[in-house]
Amino acid sequence: MKNQNLFHYTLQHADNCLILGQRLGEWCGHGPILEQDIAMTNISLDLIGQARMWYQYAAEIQGEGKTEDDLAYLRDAWDYRNVLLVEQPNGDFAKTIFRQFLFDSYSCYFYEALMNSSDEHLAAIAAKSHKEALYHIKWSADWVVRLGDGTEESHERMTAAVAELWPYSGELTKANKTEAEASKDGIGIDLQALKERRDAKIREVLTEAALTIPESTYAHEGGKDGRHTEHLGYILADLQFLQRAYPGLEW
Amino acid sequence: MKNWPLWEIFIRSKAGLNHKHVGSLHAADEEMAIQNARDVYTRRNEGVSIWVVKSEFIVASDPDDSDPLYEPAKDKVYRHPTFYELPDEVKHM
Repeated sequence: MKNQNLFHYTLQHADNCLILGQRLGEWCGHGPILEQDIAMTNISLDLIGQARMWYQYAAEIQGEGKTEDDLAYLRDAWDYRNVLLVEQPNGDFAKTIFRQFLFDSYSCYFYEALMNSSDEHLAAIAAKSHKEALYHIKWSADWVVRLGDGTEESHERMTAAVAELWPYSGELTKANKTEAEASKDGIGIDLQALKERRDAKIREVLTEAALTIPESTYAHEGGKDGRHTEHLGYILADLQFLQRAYPGLEW
Repeated sequence: MKNWPLWEIFIRSKAGLNHKHVGSLHAADEEMAIQNARDVYTRRNEGVSIWVVKSEFIVASDPDDSDPLYEPAKDKVYRHPTFYELPDEVKHM
């Protein structure tokens, strides 16, 4: 392959979007109220739409005549390059909200910066996705504040969600080899600059939500390089069942 | 959430047109009402602007009064501007 690093870089982001989209989709029909059920599935569909753009480009870079579907449905867990955060189970509504907020507070700045990529295709994906990401962060930040600064129970649940998911927030902004190289080439973005903006946003929202920002900087990592938690296998079992059981099946 | 107030939602489908009533939904406050309306009523590209009004602020006419309110207008055909010859120069009437 001519550009292995760009391929991996593209897959990382495709996988983030697909797995988080799949997770959010699990809420379909189970949302706390009808309006939020629709909100979550809307966001899920936004993310799956973004994943499609990334996968289509990845398949093109790969140049083996494969399609977006091959990449989504026919790779095993260790070939997936999503961060560990997005594969974490939905838990209660507070946990889903905080997982979403951690992702959105990364992705809105990520897409903003990626619009300046020297790779025109990536810049175009970023321009389209950025508007969606801005709505997502508005939605999830709003809910973090509502629940954090809400009732005693919602505050407790939000506090638990922050404690549980905090160790998964670091991986997003810590460059792996693929990202470092992409950044050097002007294709990717400067994650250190993003981290500063992202951290400021988290501080701002958690403060408004009357939630304590954990001091620990310990970060689980490995997802970006294919080392996943046990959850991913179960997600893929759901996601890929049809193509595995009935190869080549189409609508 | 059972205590969340009901909101009436009005959507403007494109610039220059009226906001039209499209339905109602529950939300804790006006900000959430706008967001919910965006998610529930504009996901298929139906609108460019949203108004939300708490349902309790809508004052409605009493259905029992419909005879005195609306009957009298039924036989007043002369109120429709259909008895005038419009000059050709007048467009958009």
